Amino acid sequence: MSEVTGSYAAPAGAGATAGVIHDIGYQRYTGRRLSRRYSALSMYTHSVRTAYGLGRSGKAKIFPFIVVGIVFAVAVIAVVLRSQFGRVFINYLQLADGVTAPLLLFVAVIAPELVSRDLRAHTLPLYFSRPISRSDYAFAKYAAAATAMWLLLACPMLLMYIGGLFSQNGGFAGAWRETTEFLQGLGYAAIFGLIYAAISVLIASLASRRAVAAGAIVGVFLVTAPVVGVLTSFGGDTLQKVAPLLNPVTLVQGLQVWLFGGNGPDIGSFGPLYGAVGVALIGVCLMLLLARYRRVS
Amino acid sequence: MALIETFALTKRYPKVTALDALTVQVEPGIIGLVGANGAGKSTLIKILLGLLPPTSGGALVLGIDPAQDSAAVRARVGYMPEHDCLPPDLVAAELVTHLGRISGLPRTAARERASEALRHVGLYEERYRQVGGYSTGMKQRVKLAQALVHDPDVLLLDEPTNGLDPAGRDAMLALIHRIGTEFGISVVVCSHLLGEVERICDSVVAIDAGRLLRADRVSAMTVQRDLLAVEVDEGTGQLLARLGELGLTVRQDGRLLLVPLESDETYDRIIGAVAELDLPLHRLEQRRHRVAELFANAPAGPPPAQPPMEASHV
Repeated sequence: MSEVTGSYAAPAGAGATAGVIHDIGYQRYTGRRLSRRYSALSMYTHSVRTAYGLGRSGKAKIFPFIVVGIVFAVAVIAVVLRSQFGRVFINYLQLADGVTAPLLLFVAVIAPELVSRDLRAHTLPLYFSRPISRSDYAFAKYAAAATAMWLLLACPMLLMYIGGLFSQNGGFAGAWRETTEFLQGLGYAAIFGLIYAAISVLIASLASRRAVAAGAIVGVFLVTAPVVGVLTSFGGDTLQKVAPLLNPVTLVQGLQVWLFGGNGPDIGSFGPLYGAVGVALIGVCLMLLLARYRRVS
Repeated sequence: MALIETFALTKRYPKVTALDALTVQVEPGIIGLVGANGAGKSTLIKILLGLLPPTSGGALVLGIDPAQDSAAVRARVGYMPEHDCLPPDLVAAELVTHLGRISGLPRTAARERASEALRHVGLYEERYRQVGGYSTGMKQRVKLAQALVHDPDVLLLDEPTNGLDPAGRDAMLALIHRIGTEFGISVVVCSHLLGEVERICDSVVAIDAGRLLRADRVSAMTVQRDLLAVEVDEGTGQLLARLGELGLTVRQDGRLLLVPLESDETYDRIIGAVAELDLPLHRLEQRRHRVAELFANAPAGPPPAQPPMEASHV
């Protein structure tokens, strides 16, 4: 302790070891102070970086980048197959559906990383004593989790798009079709991000232990899957078509079928219902999240 | 303009009244906010930061009402929480930079000021280490640095010496004193240890059970009340009676007799009385009356059965 004491009692001495010759003393900050929106935006960008372990220890980067590697590997295979055989084996929508499991693991790990860690370390007072508000914080965390998920799909899709543009031979019309499909893929990635993140961040905000939160998130996604399975196998015609609403994974796939017409569960003419449930799910999760952050300290 | 003002500030929870019509006004400087645990210090801080709405009454921080425009108050205030609040797996420089940006500093300014703040608290060399590996004393310094990074006009420090050993405690107090005097930033130090506050503060606000016990400048409190302590090996009672006859207000405190020092003449009268009674004088010394004792018989408010303050070195 005495050494630390010395370093501020005689700052010039402490500075000398760091190669600074003289102590310039404390200086007031006279520069710009940005708005509350900038604070929230800083929270958001910092959280997106945190999701991928950037700005943190090497250990924190391992898991996110394993998932990134898996998704990119699938995309590379898709590009190679297409250029070799001249046929599309894996399209943009199928890429997202194909990596649902790693995607789910990813969000189950990053949501607690973004939210539970602050609860566990009691960091919230440091944020809430600054201009940022409680709802700014909640929205920034949600947006960051959704963006991290979206980027996870969008970057490999961009690779597939570039590869696709070179391997397609339909001229301008072909390029146009490729672009439309790519944009649909990005839209599907956004739906993935928005719905998975809404559920995961809400659950993570209730648990301060990351492992518990991650388990609970995976649990919510998996527990409802057999229910959907049973209902679609044994239910009546209508029940079969609405049962996928009960599980986030099949709900997202149903939305994809409705909006982009890809492969997925048979939703009949219930598309708008899927849309309404999807929007309502996000809305309810966000309201609960805001309510949670109104109280927590 | 007053630094902080409260008007009949009241905060009631369903079961307890944390603040009870607190009206106080403090001027810039280093202010000690003392009171026992549960006296309402943390509630007061939360209201001043705009994190809690008062039940009734109001407050002004730097002339701004935190209940109306809490973001404006929080942009100009630095807050150091009492408890551990640092994410262990972040590097100190990164954490303080991030919090600087949350306070509205542009990216490069935040990075520069984070380094500066860490230098001022004596962590320049260690700033690229993970916070989780820091000692308690170093963590307290990071907490102070994050409160300082956006160059606030007021620092609110909640029990800044919590968990520190005596050397760390002295270092922290010296640092706070330096911030208050050299940096030109007003500091409100919350503490249940009156002795600490008394050493570095210009003024003291004492609260108990949510009510104002006393608010005054430390110098005013001590100057008026300087005491002479007289101890004789025998005949304490005789001396007490004699000094009373001489018109001095004497208070007995164990073996000691405490006499207010009004002028140099007081010495002569005491010496005269001791010589007259031919008593063995053991000691006669001037004693700076500790603030703790003042609160124990403070004029305002009901004197608590036991002083709420830990009078550590009376």
